[in-house]
Amino acid sequence: MTETCQYLNFKTEEEFPDLSKHNNHMAKVLTKEIYGKLRDKQTPSGFTLDDVIQTGVDNPGHPFIMTVGCVAGDEESYEVFKELFDPIISDRHGGYKPTDKHKTDLNFENLKGGDDLDPNYVLSSRVRTGRSVKGYTLPPHTSRGERRAIEKLSVEALTSLDGEFKGKYYPLKSMTDAEQEQLISDHFLFDKPVSPLLTCAGMARDWPDARGIWHNDNKTFLVWVNEEDHLRVISMQKGGNMREVFRRFCVGLQKIEEIFKKHNHGFMWNEHIGYVLTCPSNLGTGLRGGVHVKLPKLSTHAKFEEILTRLRLQKRGTGGVDTASVGGVFDISNADRLGSSEVQQVQLVVDGVKLMVEMEKKLEKGEAIDSMIPAQK
Amino acid sequence: MAAPFTRMMSGRNSAVLLASLGAGTLASGYLLTDSTAAAERKRLYPPSADFPDLRKHNNCMASALTPAIYARLRDKITPNNWTLDQCIQTGVDNPGHPFIKTVGMVAGDEESYEVFAELFDPVIKDRHNGYDPRSMKHPTDLDSSKITSGMFDERYVLSSRVRTGRSIRGLSLPPACTRSERREVERVAVTALSGLKGDLSGRYYSLGEMTEREQQQLIDDHFLFDKPVSPLLTCAFMARDWPDARGIWHNNEKNFLIWINEEDHTRIISMEKGGNMKRVFERFCRGLKQVEQLIHERGWEFMWNERLGYILTCPSNLGTGLRAGVHVRLPLLSKDPRFPKILDNLRLQKRGTGGVDTAATGNTFDISNNDRLGKSEVELVQLVIDGVNYLIECEKRLERGQDIKIPSPIAQFRK
Repeated sequence: MTETCQYLNFKTEEEFPDLSKHNNHMAKVLTKEIYGKLRDKQTPSGFTLDDVIQTGVDNPGHPFIMTVGCVAGDEESYEVFKELFDPIISDRHGGYKPTDKHKTDLNFENLKGGDDLDPNYVLSSRVRTGRSVKGYTLPPHTSRGERRAIEKLSVEALTSLDGEFKGKYYPLKSMTDAEQEQLISDHFLFDKPVSPLLTCAGMARDWPDARGIWHNDNKTFLVWVNEEDHLRVISMQKGGNMREVFRRFCVGLQKIEEIFKKHNHGFMWNEHIGYVLTCPSNLGTGLRGGVHVKLPKLSTHAKFEEILTRLRLQKRGTGGVDTASVGGVFDISNADRLGSSEVQQVQLVVDGVKLMVEMEKKLEKGEAIDSMIPAQK
Repeated sequence: MAAPFTRMMSGRNSAVLLASLGAGTLASGYLLTDSTAAAERKRLYPPSADFPDLRKHNNCMASALTPAIYARLRDKITPNNWTLDQCIQTGVDNPGHPFIKTVGMVAGDEESYEVFAELFDPVIKDRHNGYDPRSMKHPTDLDSSKITSGMFDERYVLSSRVRTGRSIRGLSLPPACTRSERREVERVAVTALSGLKGDLSGRYYSLGEMTEREQQQLIDDHFLFDKPVSPLLTCAFMARDWPDARGIWHNNEKNFLIWINEEDHTRIISMEKGGNMKRVFERFCRGLKQVEQLIHERGWEFMWNERLGYILTCPSNLGTGLRAGVHVRLPLLSKDPRFPKILDNLRLQKRGTGGVDTAATGNTFDISNNDRLGKSEVELVQLVIDGVNYLIECEKRLERGQDIKIPSPIAQFRK
């Protein structure tokens, strides 16, 4: 039987979304021309332009940050819908061009210092990234079968780790109450997404099927399976030894990648956009390296925002991306993801936080910090 | 690269023609394109790999879906590309509802009920008391003159209301529709409504463009509907592109109201304060017939067939799609332990005065018909009238210290 689709013959103007009240990267970039060119295309797995932009159409704007407003459904999305993704990537990632190449550097020995951030100010250090497993579609588009296959492969890889990485997997749908309590008090448990940015992108479908959390016995290395990306990998510990956090991060990631490669399902990566993840904002390194740091005086200084911008850092509340700060404690992390390497980004965090702690100490003593304000990095 | 789809340059008239040829022509459904990518996916992921985990679920879909049915239906698509997984997504994502057993699946278009009949039919049977779409016919009757005793005692009945839904044939339903289809539904409906005259003449308020003052007025009138927050609806993709092409139309007298592109293409509501259900239903039928006439003039029609009656998004609303109800005070009867049984036998349900997902407050209840399919509009409204009159009789008897009786159950299909 022939495959014919009984679409009525609607024109581009009739299909084009109303973005007049919108403020996200997709809404700024999408024109009727681009929409017209791309609306009849789809990736080999069947992801369409409308699928890509649905979250941005449904969510006109976010109060704290300018959202991206689109997602990829698979590795090919970034190619098939290049005309839309390239300008968005450029806007989001500081002018990154379609011809630019991204450098990956997960050699922790290239990091200078980072083991001496003052623990009186730096309460905790953390580095996270995401990884997508080649050969599967991404969370907005995966079928239940694919998601389960990703989980199975991930669990195989993770449970084969040993030494400091020896750990255990907790599937969301079958953890005991006691396990759940423990994961919550460890601040490890992730919950069904409630943010419409994620639910409108189809990422909460079939919850909690094939979702889970793996962590090592030391509770310093944690992997989320099938949340917003196939894998989110997190290295963390209390205090200011970012160097150690980054070492464990790099070593753990490389061990995991080796195992996936052996199964012919390496990580999605290419030399233009680095590691391929669901949200364009996480392309490149997908890395967010950050600290929880006490900056009660500096954070109220008139130049705080400017200092952050020059240091290529961003602030968040201690509850994560959608929260405000509590008690002068901020989550400070790298703003960039694409166009610089992992080592470079963590270096910015290490150097920048060190400087800001010194500024805080100066302000405590009633001294001015104007001479310390850095040039744009 | 992408597998090409051949677009039929089909005007709406041929879509209407094809649909009206009847269920049989589309019964087998369209198989997913056999491009290399799709074939590979089928090989890697047999239906068993995708079968949902429904062990903690309690909805009609979960009760009816078996691995065998899933295996036969998973790779089928409707002419609008709608799949089984899309039909059942809401039921997979929502294991159960505290107040009522939910349906757990939706249609994306008229053809869904045919292509996925193997799952829809048992769900319909479960939800509609044994109604068998393969062997039974649904009666449609919008002749309000047949109604008797349609005036309630207004010391008890505070308001009367009848609602239903209608879908425009040839356009996909809210879970599946594209923006252009949704806008077309809005255009078709609003054009028709602008042709209503006399006591039915009114105006349209687009959700995205209404002024603050208009919005406040609609809220005060209890007419405004908001973006769905219930996961039953959002997981069924019905809130996409909000508020694009959504709106409210009502007549100047504010007793005939249409919702456009909420959970169905259109929801039609006739209501008024007090107990004159006969007049409410008369206006309901008259308005519906006039709207139908007006869309016919432009070559459109409602989705309807003799197996399932009026086709709507949720299987629970098939048949008449009709809910006729009152807000009624029953302080004594509601506390009587026999109340639930009386309602049950009368084929009535109670809800809170806030609607389906609410509990009752105080002594005022929303009482309406349970059934939608297998009985006509006239039959159902008469059933509500007779039933509510019986409830009021019971209340009065209890006031006088007299005893009440549980009535015999009204006949159903299931033996």
